[in-house]
Amino acid sequence: MKPNRDIEVMRLSDITMQFGGVVAVDNLNLKVHKNEIVGLIGPNGAGKTTAFNCITGVYEPTNGSVTINGEVVIENYPQGKMKDTYKGRNQGKYTESKAMLPDKVTKLGVARTFQNIRLFKGMTVLENVMLAMHMNQKQSIFGAALHSPLARKEEAKMKEEALELLKKVDLYENRDDMSTSLPYGKQRHLEIARALATKPSILLLDEPAAGMNPQESDDLMKFIGRIRDEFDLSILMIEHHMQVIMGICDYIYVLNYGGQIADGTAEEIQNNPAVIEAYLGVDE
Amino acid sequence: MARVTLNKKTKLVLSFLGIALILLGSYLADEMIPASSNMRMFVTVLEKGAIYALVAVSMNLLNGFTGLFSLGQAGFMLIGAYTYAIFTIPAAKHADVYMYFDGGAIQWSIEEALSGSLGIVGHYLGMLIPIIGAGLLVALIAYLIGIPVLRLKSDYLAIATLGFAEILKAFFQWNTLGPITNGSNVLRKYATYDNSIFVVLIALISIAFIMLLINSTYGRAFKAIRDDEIAAEAMGVNLFKHKELAFVISSFFAGVGGALLAMFQGTIAATPFTTTMTYEILLIVVIGGIGSVTGSIIGAFLFTACSEWWLRGLDAGTWLGITSEWFRPGFRKVVFAVIIMLIVLFAAQGIMGTKEFSWEGLLSWFKNLPANLKAAPAKNKAKAQAKKEAKARDKAAKAQAKEDKANSAAKAASGEKLFEPLPVYDHVVVFKEGK
Repeated sequence: MKPNRDIEVMRLSDITMQFGGVVAVDNLNLKVHKNEIVGLIGPNGAGKTTAFNCITGVYEPTNGSVTINGEVVIENYPQGKMKDTYKGRNQGKYTESKAMLPDKVTKLGVARTFQNIRLFKGMTVLENVMLAMHMNQKQSIFGAALHSPLARKEEAKMKEEALELLKKVDLYENRDDMSTSLPYGKQRHLEIARALATKPSILLLDEPAAGMNPQESDDLMKFIGRIRDEFDLSILMIEHHMQVIMGICDYIYVLNYGGQIADGTAEEIQNNPAVIEAYLGVDE
Repeated sequence: MARVTLNKKTKLVLSFLGIALILLGSYLADEMIPASSNMRMFVTVLEKGAIYALVAVSMNLLNGFTGLFSLGQAGFMLIGAYTYAIFTIPAAKHADVYMYFDGGAIQWSIEEALSGSLGIVGHYLGMLIPIIGAGLLVALIAYLIGIPVLRLKSDYLAIATLGFAEILKAFFQWNTLGPITNGSNVLRKYATYDNSIFVVLIALISIAFIMLLINSTYGRAFKAIRDDEIAAEAMGVNLFKHKELAFVISSFFAGVGGALLAMFQGTIAATPFTTTMTYEILLIVVIGGIGSVTGSIIGAFLFTACSEWWLRGLDAGTWLGITSEWFRPGFRKVVFAVIIMLIVLFAAQGIMGTKEFSWEGLLSWFKNLPANLKAAPAKNKAKAQAKKEAKARDKAAKAQAKEDKANSAAKAASGEKLFEPLPVYDHVVVFKEGK
């Protein structure tokens, strides 16, 4: 599937995140278009995961705004003590303060996975996926406990959809296993499946290939391409495996020390002197 | 391992049969066992066990299934008990009960009003309505207190709820509230049930409700919060809403349990609803298994049976035919403490762990019992053998280590270098193993 560069699904404008005196993300501007796979790379500590946390509502950015499907959902500017200690740029450009809790962001269609796998360890594979469908249920808590007709119908539908989803991600045989008893690679798949169960339009993947060997990451790359097509997704992913990033991403942003040092297609990035410097250092 | 599999219908029939048997048993036990009999203790254990089971399951819903470490249970039971008692003291008895407060402020009883107009139906309805009312009032208070308190995590939540329960205890003893709560004096002479089936039935229905809730989509959301709050939130679970739901529902049933306890005891005062009561309930949850409803039920009956009946002799001088001067009032608690320590040390998972009782599991266990018994000697033998081998291996390793040490000491003594330092590059020193 070709990315549609006319439709913008997500935009970060001047996102800055400052903790005390440390600027973890410095003025990040990023766009994700429909059906595009965007890579976010950078050395350790560059602020990639912090940027994710700003998008998903885990952190409130110090300055800047996040637009999802054309609507500004998160916006903030330095307030209180931060007004004087703010070290970033574009102070005064934003005047509104809008925060959103992670569950609300997920409801808007932005699902994420985690760098260190966060599955529900007391639950089976199927339950993990069904949990992600909980937010769209209409049954009340009494209806759910007393098995009202609506609750039974929804439960059956949830189970059917979850099983179908598990078939698509090759986890159908493991449906009744405990989530933590799965091998590492399958746990990664399950995390992605769980995110897909929230019916997202944008998927944020935080290092999906971490800890995988070249063969596994190759499979994962194909898998990500496949789910993009099958679920009509736009994907923003953090990754360290250059092989994966260069092989699959339509567009790449590079961060270093919180700041954005380059963006472009895989080819442009590979030849960018600033990127080479960030990764390999300079010849003195 | 042969596993018994039953179809859904059989399981349902078995469950209904089991419940009917329990209800019939509790009814007959209360009817048939004469008040003078030693076995009367059985009825006491049945009633108190059922009440504690309900309260323990409600606590398990919070601690075991939602992962909220709350210790406010006794406080919520206190409100439930008082609410029930206040509204069911017959009008004629007010002057006697509220003797220090001129007959009190409330001069009517729901139970009396209803049984006057509806007869026997009104009698039961008149008890049921205050019980549910007690639950609802506790739920409302839990909702309000939950707004600030549920933002706290783990231990802090425990401290806040514990403190809240203590404040409640003092509040109900406050003299200014005397016309309603009778200050620090006991409330008594309120309506109570005639047969233990009443308590057992209410406890059963309440526990069934909690169990069904845990198995629903909301139960999954609770478990997700317990397993990983951050991931649950990222999957669209509204943390605050679901924590509040679990807290309110748990408190509702704690209130119902408090009302039942008031009925069971016949008199009620604020003083027994101490932290110790909360710990007793927590203990039941731990013994039964954190995260297992059936575990909590088993734990509740075991606990009450031990503390009220089986270990009574330890306080009275003779236990299991043994007479000792050690067995004097208070010794029961010492033995109890030792049992608890043993459980925590050697069976930290509790009786059931996170498993639930199932007919299939029970039948499979019985089916496999002969085979297991037959295999047991061989298994034990293999275990002993493995232990022996491990010991031998350990011994050999120790001897080897000792020898190595002696060797290297001898080498060092003879002046031989163990390591030969390589040239130093800047600040890096590289060592190469000696020849």
